[in-house]
Amino acid sequence: MSEASKSLSQSKSKSIASILVGGVGGKVASKISELGSYFLYLKEIAVWTFRPPFRMSLLVQQLEFIGNQSLNIIIISALSVGAAFGLQIGGIFAVFGAESMLGAATAKSLCQEMAPLVTLILVTGRAGSSMTAELATMKVNEQVDAMEAMAVDPISYLVVPRVLSSMMIIPLLTGIFIFVGVIGAYISGVLFYQVDEGLFLSKLKILVAPIDLWRGLLKSFAFSIVMSSLCCRYGLNASGGAKGVGKATTNSVVAVILAVLGLDVIFTYFQIVVG
Amino acid sequence: MIYFKNVRKAWGSHVVLDDLNLHIPRGKITFILGKSGEGKSVTIKHIMGLLKPDHGRIIVDDVDITDYNIDELRILRQKFGMLFQHAALFDSMTVGENVLFPLSEHTKMTLPAMLNRVEEVLEQSGLPNMQHKYPTELSTGEKKRVGLARALVTKPQIILYDEPTTGMDPLVCEMIDDLIVKLGKDEKDLTSVVISHDLKAALQCAHHIVFLYKGKIALKGSPDDFRASEDAVVRQFFAGKVEGPMEFF
Repeated sequence: MSEASKSLSQSKSKSIASILVGGVGGKVASKISELGSYFLYLKEIAVWTFRPPFRMSLLVQQLEFIGNQSLNIIIISALSVGAAFGLQIGGIFAVFGAESMLGAATAKSLCQEMAPLVTLILVTGRAGSSMTAELATMKVNEQVDAMEAMAVDPISYLVVPRVLSSMMIIPLLTGIFIFVGVIGAYISGVLFYQVDEGLFLSKLKILVAPIDLWRGLLKSFAFSIVMSSLCCRYGLNASGGAKGVGKATTNSVVAVILAVLGLDVIFTYFQIVVG
Repeated sequence: MIYFKNVRKAWGSHVVLDDLNLHIPRGKITFILGKSGEGKSVTIKHIMGLLKPDHGRIIVDDVDITDYNIDELRILRQKFGMLFQHAALFDSMTVGENVLFPLSEHTKMTLPAMLNRVEEVLEQSGLPNMQHKYPTELSTGEKKRVGLARALVTKPQIILYDEPTTGMDPLVCEMIDDLIVKLGKDEKDLTSVVISHDLKAALQCAHHIVFLYKGKIALKGSPDDFRASEDAVVRQFFAGKVEGPMEFF
């Protein structure tokens, strides 16, 4: 290879490397700045939460929308998840003759992991996506601009009631999910594995501590903040007509699920390591 | 009074306002004309602080609002009423609730007094007995008039109209134009800024016309100044011809 072609190939590979590094670096920088702006947005939500006007009627509306209207789907899902989980765990425990532990194992798993995650995913699909779509439609139709033009802060009017009501109602829905899930496991245990009812309950009482429930509810509380704030943020940042609304809705659901799964790993790590 | 001093606004390489110097007199009806994409809507969004200039200053009622923070802007915006191009009504609210919204947010009036005021402005906008309808049940013209009622309900000092008659039938256009003039006459201190393509309306209603071209003012003056103008771009816009010095793409 001649000197000229060597230097050309070196300069080519250098420029490819710089493009790659520049591209990756740029993406990392943009993600960090995005994260920073998300935290500023959370701060703004926190400020408006304690600043008048307090919009009680909007809060109640959102509580009804997120909570009451999600109740059926939560109960049906919890019953199915609890029953299926009970059946699977019961099958394994039956090998060791420990079917009576089925309820406790299911409840522990529901409290610490399944209920907060599944509830959040269900509420995201039903209410979170709707929050994004509603706010995105308002954004692309200039309704958010109109609100600002009328000197009303969209964070105060649109975001705070949704975030607050999510924080209140999603842990409650998680509690309901755990309760109904245990009933599902009880049905599986009693019907399919002939577990004694008294034994089922006593094992549950011995092996599942209140701290398990509190941990699950705390997780759920943190997840609810992430879900509602992200869904509203994607809605308020939408642009580009009907296509933009669809894109914002899809992206918000994906972002919430990924963020919550990531947060779940961190929570679980601290629960195990810190105790 | 509203002043723009050397205001520049660009998105990337696309310069929308290019060192714009603009004066909007108090208590007058000012029409801002220009073809689509010349920055007319951008201009009124700057007046309300919905957009910030890249450089230059914006002065409203002798106060420089360019560096206002969000709380200061919120107080400033209570002086304004704005009619959006597509009305921007809240779909989840009825007509009555839409018009009531700015009143309930910013005044300490009693509910019956607010409802009376809502009824009054809806009647003024030619929409009596429409309070319980939702925006989806209204025609484009009706939506625009509800938007107008919402802009008027707080008795603002400055009203910004973003293409108030675009897409309306001639009767509704006439009605809205008459309303703009009547409001200007009734409220001596009311400053009206109208973004429009409607030349006929501008010549009939305006005290003052500003014609924007390539981010700058191509011509400003009274309707008579415009009628008499020999400026080739203005004449082409008046004649509505594709051929001429004005670029369309």
